[in-house]
Amino acid sequence: MSHAATPTLSQDQLRLPRSAVWRSLPWAAAAVGLLALVVHWLLGRGAGAARQAHFSYLVAMLYWLSIALGALFFVIVQFATKAGWSVVVRRLAEHAMITLPLLGLLFVPIVGGMHELFHWSHPEAMQHDALLASKAPYLNVPFFSARALLYFVTWTALAWLFYRRSVRQDLDGAPQATERLQRLSGPAIILFALTVTFAAFDWLMSLDPHWYSTMFGVYYFAGCVVAIFAFLALVGLLLRRARVLADVITVEHYHDLGKLLFGFTVFWTYIAFSQFMLIWYGNLPEETIWYARRLIGSWGQVTLVLALGHFVVPFFYLMTRATKRRGATLLPAALWLLTVHYLDLYWLVMPILHPEGARPCLLDLTAFLGVGGCFVALFGRQLRRHALVPMRDPRLAESLAFENY
Amino acid sequence: MAEHAADPTWGVLAEFASPTALYRACEQLRDAGFTRWDAHSPFPVHGLDRAMGLRPSRLPWVVFGGGMLGAAGGLGLQWWTSTIAYPQVIAGKPHFSWPAFVPVTFELGVLAAALACVLGMLHFNRLPRLHHPIFRSTRFEGVSDDRFFISIEAADPRFDPSATPGWLTQLGATQVELLAE
Repeated sequence: MSHAATPTLSQDQLRLPRSAVWRSLPWAAAAVGLLALVVHWLLGRGAGAARQAHFSYLVAMLYWLSIALGALFFVIVQFATKAGWSVVVRRLAEHAMITLPLLGLLFVPIVGGMHELFHWSHPEAMQHDALLASKAPYLNVPFFSARALLYFVTWTALAWLFYRRSVRQDLDGAPQATERLQRLSGPAIILFALTVTFAAFDWLMSLDPHWYSTMFGVYYFAGCVVAIFAFLALVGLLLRRARVLADVITVEHYHDLGKLLFGFTVFWTYIAFSQFMLIWYGNLPEETIWYARRLIGSWGQVTLVLALGHFVVPFFYLMTRATKRRGATLLPAALWLLTVHYLDLYWLVMPILHPEGARPCLLDLTAFLGVGGCFVALFGRQLRRHALVPMRDPRLAESLAFENY
Repeated sequence: MAEHAADPTWGVLAEFASPTALYRACEQLRDAGFTRWDAHSPFPVHGLDRAMGLRPSRLPWVVFGGGMLGAAGGLGLQWWTSTIAYPQVIAGKPHFSWPAFVPVTFELGVLAAALACVLGMLHFNRLPRLHHPIFRSTRFEGVSDDRFFISIEAADPRFDPSATPGWLTQLGATQVELLAE
């Protein structure tokens, strides 16, 4: 039969070719990123720009963080489920998740600029507000900072644990590494779920400190997972254009990435709508205010674009088998979802700063390129340093031969 | 065949000893341009659809249509009952409060899609039917155990009652029998 022979990889399939544009990616991205950060810092020093600079930076931070967290989740789940199909794309996700310590470093300005972002961080605001005063044991500057540190330490530890063992297996080929990570994956999922949930509460929900929604953490998580599948499909297809991993990540793997992208787009919608419907139905002013803000002025149109762009369009577009199996049709879908995912985070954060309506500005762009440049630079550097796939993973042959039936 | 010699021939049934032999024979039949034939196996043989040259099923379109109709029906039902048939003000909300209608719309969409899937599957498989000529063969009972079969209908334009059975033997069939209608 067609897949009777065990496929193997040659050395030049495992490394970035010398000529590839991808080899210059780390330097190019680092240059763009650092320049953008300097410009962002300079622009943020202008009169009245400090708040805008911090809010823009928060959106950018949460955007790139969502890809890294999605990657961490993806890797952990592959071990938890003992997945065979995904081995050839797992290394790309591993490189994306190992940016978490760097993102932790880039998070420092948010803790430093807390007073620009979070209303509750002002002691005088807490004093005259009974509702906020009752939340003071949780929402206070020292505890907030300690929690942020705890989240990044947890994520860095998890990412490092999985990363180190995976790249070490490239050298020694020990199947024990896989078994060990399978055992670790269960507790890792629990830690991941708790930290991501509370991080979303801290950094997104507490922007509007009176408002609360218990499913808010899942909402951010759903965005993370959409982002990683879009990111993996996009990077894989771009590498394929440069003839890297072209016959390793096959149409079958893209088909699965497309299916998961479709599935989690629906999952995001399910969470987003469930949160909305319960609040709309209950009709309690302290809850509806959050949605009321996002329906005023041009925010109403942004909400509509988000509903159409993050659900209706990708739902019908990604439904057929053909769009998921062709690079020419999957690549635009991945790019599109990475774009509307940014809009989603912008829509979560910016109505606090601009209640009157959406006001995009240059600082949004500099923050996006600044954090993104650093993220891509580290991703590109790791791509150069290690094999492109976990070359001695016990399930590599299964992944190479994978087919959808 | 033996008991009703006067009956018209329905087709031919060929038995194969292994999934590999079945797979190879399917490739030959596909390349020879046969259209009205089928392969039978006790378990799914991966890649057999390609060896048989089967085109993708049209069932997804039936499921999609069913789902869309179900969702439209669910929404329409709620719109009609709450704005035309029994307009009531509930919780101070407008008659047509679409967010409240989404769960039912979604569920009816899923239900109709699932029903369309089952009914469409039965239709494309030409089921239900009480009898099929292939069951005249006692040998065919092995298909649920350890035997592999190819059946070709006499209605196939390439079918030739004198040449086809011999050709199937050449392709590796261990037994070939003609079946009556």
